[in-house]
Amino acid sequence: MAESYIPVLVLLGVSVVNAVGILAATHILNPRRPTPEKDMPYESGMVPLGDTRARFSIKFYMVAISFIIFDLEAIFLIPWAVEMRSLGWEGFIAVSIFMAVLVVGFIYEWRKGGLDWE
Amino acid sequence: MNDLSPTAFLISSSIKVFLVFSATLGVVAIMTLIERRVAAFIQDRLGPNRVGPLGILQPAADGLKNILKEETFPSTADRRFFLLAPALAIIPAAMTFAVIPFAAPLETPWGTVSMIVADIPIGILYVLALASLGVYGIFLAGWASNNKYAFLGGLRASSQMVSYEVALGLSLIPVLMLAGNVTLTEFVWQQQQLGFWYVLPLSLAFILFVIASFAETNRLPFDLPEAESELVTGYHTEYSSMKFSMFMIAEFSHILTASALMATLFLGGWSIPFWSGDHMFWHEGMLISGFTPQGEPIAAAPALWKTLLTFLAFAAKTGFFVLVFMWVRWTLPRFRYDQVMHLGWKVMLPVGLAYIMVLAATILVLDQLAVEGFLFGAVLTAVSALATGIFVFVVDRDRLISGSERAEPTRSGVREVQSARVAVLAGGVEE
Repeated sequence: MAESYIPVLVLLGVSVVNAVGILAATHILNPRRPTPEKDMPYESGMVPLGDTRARFSIKFYMVAISFIIFDLEAIFLIPWAVEMRSLGWEGFIAVSIFMAVLVVGFIYEWRKGGLDWE
Repeated sequence: MNDLSPTAFLISSSIKVFLVFSATLGVVAIMTLIERRVAAFIQDRLGPNRVGPLGILQPAADGLKNILKEETFPSTADRRFFLLAPALAIIPAAMTFAVIPFAAPLETPWGTVSMIVADIPIGILYVLALASLGVYGIFLAGWASNNKYAFLGGLRASSQMVSYEVALGLSLIPVLMLAGNVTLTEFVWQQQQLGFWYVLPLSLAFILFVIASFAETNRLPFDLPEAESELVTGYHTEYSSMKFSMFMIAEFSHILTASALMATLFLGGWSIPFWSGDHMFWHEGMLISGFTPQGEPIAAAPALWKTLLTFLAFAAKTGFFVLVFMWVRWTLPRFRYDQVMHLGWKVMLPVGLAYIMVLAATILVLDQLAVEGFLFGAVLTAVSALATGIFVFVVDRDRLISGSERAEPTRSGVREVQSARVAVLAGGVEE
């Protein structure tokens, strides 16, 4: 089955060449007349204020953490889903327990306001 | 009807890679035009129709113009990452289509060629993996631009995309349970065997998948990363000339792939409804069209005209969803960010989990009762229809609006003003 991955590698090569080709073509073909004003970061025509790398809401971090947990849950569910009908009720109960543990955590996060976005 | 020799496999694979790659880019170019035309028709205007017949050469003109336009580098930007970001966005976008079968196998003098670029055993996992790589290009663009709009757009995009990836993964699990495999060729085959497109027995999974796909592709009503009324154009604010086009190409490729996935997972892929002549599947090195009641495989009869017909079926289904993407864009208003997060985490995630358990229990009960064939599909359709009804009419009823109202009691009087406004609006409608 390993040879079925060869087309993926070929496609990766074609995609990379395509991306680099576009970047190179536009770099070679287009005119460049930079001025300090043109190279300023765009802020609706005003002179940029302050630093972009400022602190931002902790909520984004919370989302990232929750994502890791629940995406991993989905990944763990995939093998069970594929073999679900041969595993039968035994597998179903095992997954129910696994899910129950995660749902408890989910409810805790919900009640603590970790999913709120004010 | 034999397998391909290694040389024939390599040559046919290379041909398929180049054909599919150029076809994807070509279709993406046409899609940019279709989007503008659809937008125009919905708004009762004509849209671009001057370059070539019906404006068909407009994408070529746009491309040429973008290549010849001046590219700008913001003085504060990180130049390496600024250049890397569009490449990182476009590479996975152009690669995802590889595992989607787009027609019935084709009979050639050198053997039977499967109409799929790479029939890899990990199938849908490959799609999920590449779809998540798309976040990197977008976030890197927002970060490297060193522009506040771009930064906020990138931040929103990555947060929204990871949130809906969970829902996307969960909505796929019912499909895997029914198909018993992760390859997309198997999905098509199992739908042919069951005689039901999965959109019926798995209707709620379909709805969740469509919603999550809209969020993953950053399309309206989920286009907050590029909300033009607040963030200019979001993460690609600083990008000009062809680098801007690369983000657009990536976005449209994602739409194309998402549409093709919806067609393959839930509408039977390339199979033609109510016709068993196109049933073809590789079973232990043999192309079969089904099994006799004794379990003996029946050899399939691939033909050029079958391949062409099934390709047309696939194109029609995919094209339908592409049009739905555009139609929705000009129909629904944009969500607020708290509503997006609310829908993703508090509605889609619990509903997805509950649906998986309900469906798993139903399938196991049906297996225990030895229910098969049409009745099996019919019972699942009924259960899913019930679940969809609960989702649409009970769980999500006014959930988004109530989510916004909960913040209001802090500002007294707002609610009264709003209800008065609603009353005025209602009165206006009655007149």
